[in-house]
Amino acid sequence: MNRFNTHIIPVAFEYHEPRTIREALELLARWGEDAKILAGGTDLLVQMKMRRVEPKCLINIKGIPELDYIREGPTGVRIGAATRLRRLERSGAIKRLFPALHRAIRWMASVQVRNMATIGGNLCNASPAADTAPPLIVYGARVKLASVSGERTLPVEDFFTGPGQTAMRPGEMLTEIWIPRQPEVTGSAFIKVARTAMDLAKVNVAVALTLKGWSAFNVRIALGSVAPTPMRAREAEAALEGRPPTEDLLRRVGEIASEEIRPITDVRSTAEYRREVTKVIVADALREALGMVRVGGVA
Amino acid sequence: MRAGGGGIVVRFTLNGREVEVTTRPNATLLDLLRNELKILSVRRGCETGECGMCTVLVDGLPVRSCLMLAPQVDGRSVTTVEGVGDPERLHPVQEAFVEAGAVQCGFCTPAMVLTAKALLDRDPNPDERTVKEAILGVLCRCTGYAKIVRAVRLAAERVAGGVRE
Repeated sequence: MNRFNTHIIPVAFEYHEPRTIREALELLARWGEDAKILAGGTDLLVQMKMRRVEPKCLINIKGIPELDYIREGPTGVRIGAATRLRRLERSGAIKRLFPALHRAIRWMASVQVRNMATIGGNLCNASPAADTAPPLIVYGARVKLASVSGERTLPVEDFFTGPGQTAMRPGEMLTEIWIPRQPEVTGSAFIKVARTAMDLAKVNVAVALTLKGWSAFNVRIALGSVAPTPMRAREAEAALEGRPPTEDLLRRVGEIASEEIRPITDVRSTAEYRREVTKVIVADALREALGMVRVGGVA
Repeated sequence: MRAGGGGIVVRFTLNGREVEVTTRPNATLLDLLRNELKILSVRRGCETGECGMCTVLVDGLPVRSCLMLAPQVDGRSVTTVEGVGDPERLHPVQEAFVEAGAVQCGFCTPAMVLTAKALLDRDPNPDERTVKEAILGVLCRCTGYAKIVRAVRLAAERVAGGVRE
């Protein structure tokens, strides 16, 4: 079968526009794995043109009002899965509370694509390079998965199981992302290395840490495009945890992260380059996060 | 709305006029506009959402018509460059493109004009960085972008009477 772009959608399918989550879940239950959820369409339609996926049924969830919201509450922010990236980019709450996520979204694709693409779609597409994944992981975000038989939540970190693969079971739909408020004196940052802003990342990294006195706690480092799924660099985190973030130590943490990743050589970069650049951007991201704390940022 | 593998009726506003077309659920908005409605200013480019040639405005926002299914515009408003001005009375954005020499081969021009119009509708006074960010998603292989950026800022001056430095 050809894997080129056919420039048409060479499959026929049933098309549904449910108006409620309940209706969407019932359709999913009826169609099972023959159905695909259409949100922004910016990944799915390309895959269909290339015949990588050939669903018999498309369920367009973009018209479901109860999936499109940003709600700031006392414990954190809840985001509907079908909320467009452009809306998140313009949200004061996201910018103020989760600057690494805001930065990641701002430099994804183009304005035209961000007017269409949704945060839930970016996660469900499960690209190892998904730019929203590392920030959501370092903030300890959780996803809510719903089916006709109920709901469960999962850390974003455990959501990805392989390239294009998630922990979602047949009949389940991602409905909400919850990001907890971060402790005071927390800094966070996101850095992406790509040819142009529009490109997918060669490597992306998000970090978050909390300062107590001179030492860094709650150190979280997550990287994308360097393993089959977005991943945490736990050894690198452990090397910094509870210690003063000196220049030498930050460089060392970058080196440890570079050893931890499992990069491949592909069309966007080589494994060697990914290892080299990881050393630099992990340290840079940590410096930036520390800078945010020191200038009084509490995000 | 629901439809089987056969025909599906889509009703929407195209450049201010109500249209009703029978199409297939697996037609993209791009297919619908070019093949059924013969709006050829909407270009078929990469078909993957990278090049921006197929940009149209849906409810005033620039989107990729190659990445939308035709039935997704049911009940909505679609604007192509035909709805922006006409040869006798150009829109200020179009006038500025002509004056600044921001058109060379013309292939990207409809997408550029629509993107610029959408930007100025929302932010009549954009700085240069904002202009560049807005047109980042529309590739031009001729101009080197400098004249396009100048044209958008010229249009902003005319629409709003000033630009930020």
